Amino acid sequence: MSTTEIDRQWTTRLRRRAAGKLPPEKLLPDTQPAYVSSWIYVFGVTTMAALMVVILTGCVLAIEGPQWWHLSSIGHFVNSLHLWSVEIFFFAMVVHLWGKFFMASWRGGRTLTWMTGVVTFLASIATAFTGYASQSNFDSQWITTQAKDGINATGAGAFFNVLNLGQMLMWHIVLLPLVAVLLTGAHVLLVRVKGVVPPFADDKELVQ
Amino acid sequence: MKKAFRPDVDAPEWKGGHAPYDIIKEGSIAIAVVLILTIALAILFGSPDDPSVTIKTWSNATPVDFAQTALSELNGTSGTAQYGAPYNNASEGQKLGPLALAKWAGARNPVNTVQDFVIDPLKALPDQPALTQGLQEWNTASSSTRSGWVTNYTNAATKMKYANGQVVVPTTNSGPVSLFITDLTQMARTGALDQALVTQHGFYTTDFTKPLLFLSDGSYLANKAAKDHLLGEQWGMMNETGSYPGQAWLWLYSGWYQVAPFNTSANADVQVWGLMMLLSVILLFLPLIPGLRSIPRKVKVYRIIWREHYRDL
Repeated sequence: MSTTEIDRQWTTRLRRRAAGKLPPEKLLPDTQPAYVSSWIYVFGVTTMAALMVVILTGCVLAIEGPQWWHLSSIGHFVNSLHLWSVEIFFFAMVVHLWGKFFMASWRGGRTLTWMTGVVTFLASIATAFTGYASQSNFDSQWITTQAKDGINATGAGAFFNVLNLGQMLMWHIVLLPLVAVLLTGAHVLLVRVKGVVPPFADDKELVQ
Repeated sequence: MKKAFRPDVDAPEWKGGHAPYDIIKEGSIAIAVVLILTIALAILFGSPDDPSVTIKTWSNATPVDFAQTALSELNGTSGTAQYGAPYNNASEGQKLGPLALAKWAGARNPVNTVQDFVIDPLKALPDQPALTQGLQEWNTASSSTRSGWVTNYTNAATKMKYANGQVVVPTTNSGPVSLFITDLTQMARTGALDQALVTQHGFYTTDFTKPLLFLSDGSYLANKAAKDHLLGEQWGMMNETGSYPGQAWLWLYSGWYQVAPFNTSANADVQVWGLMMLLSVILLFLPLIPGLRSIPRKVKVYRIIWREHYRDL
């Protein structure tokens, strides 16, 4: 096989493109620009950490099945872990979002990074909602019977029936987490590719 | 020609120093801290789990409310009977300006309240000769005869009471309707109606559309929700039972329902959804919207975030 032929392979091209965009030192950096020194940067990694705990506790609930947490004290405790990790996840994500807004973090070709973050936020809201709808207790009865009116009014209720427990559970534990995790991965990779946005150059001394 | 620097779009090239950064250590510490915090919150506060309301508990607690709701399913005045899409075509549904979005999507989850909530469950009751005869009478009657029976019963039902273990309505010429309401209430009080409503699709089911619609047509579920501060005017579904934060991230969505014109609009649901969709799209495309993308530079919160950087200049 000639070198030219190897060069033309899709696999070769993809690897070279990926390695060019995201070399190891960018993917796993050991230094960062000096301006990255504020408490606000903590909330991005906190969101990621909380997402991991959400998925971990969700997996335990999934292993035992949807009724387990109603019938077992251990199950109820795992449900509590799931709930509070979700609360931490959203708190950290909202602070992260506001922080990135005030830093105008889309600057310097980072628009797609911003957009993947926003879509992840919206997908996370949908994921959490379907979780509340899948609880199979009074809260889920009330939340779904109320939420149906809003969703039905848009026409989406014809396809996304919040009163169908099976459908909500599938969205909650399969489809939406897949979307949220893939988007989070894309978001983090874009941050690694583009780096953290520098401060505004409103002072001439800034660009040295 | 070199393009002019746009401060809200372009970022200056960083030519300053770098500091050591251990991304793996940072991630590990974050996971440990979140785990500890999660465990602490779970131990301290737990999570709510109020048992679900059943039609059995509802009909035993307030049999007249149940019987009146069953009657509303039969006479077509219940919320579900008059809902429109996606359950039926009884009304046009909400509109966003000229757009009847729900109607266009159609009745993809059909619910016939007379048949699904009253007649079919009653058919499932075994060994009830009088009921079997009443159902036959209903099936063979013309629609105007049925309508007359239901109207006569509905008129008399303002004096409905529950006495000696059954629904009592002083009525005449209501055909089998009186028997239907009495037997359906009895069926509900044993728990058989809960089962009948979920098993209409066979042995296995995960679809609770019908029992939830029936429950929400009565006032028992809403009264319980009011006690638990869950009504729409109490910021509705973003809350959950007990003193838990609930879906606090829905504050803006729930908030619109509290203010004019949405709090009095007949099309509030679709209007609030439309507004939230618009705001979401604006948030998504914010980097591309002149004016909005300049806000961070003008409000200067970044001066606090990068205060060490600006101090060192």
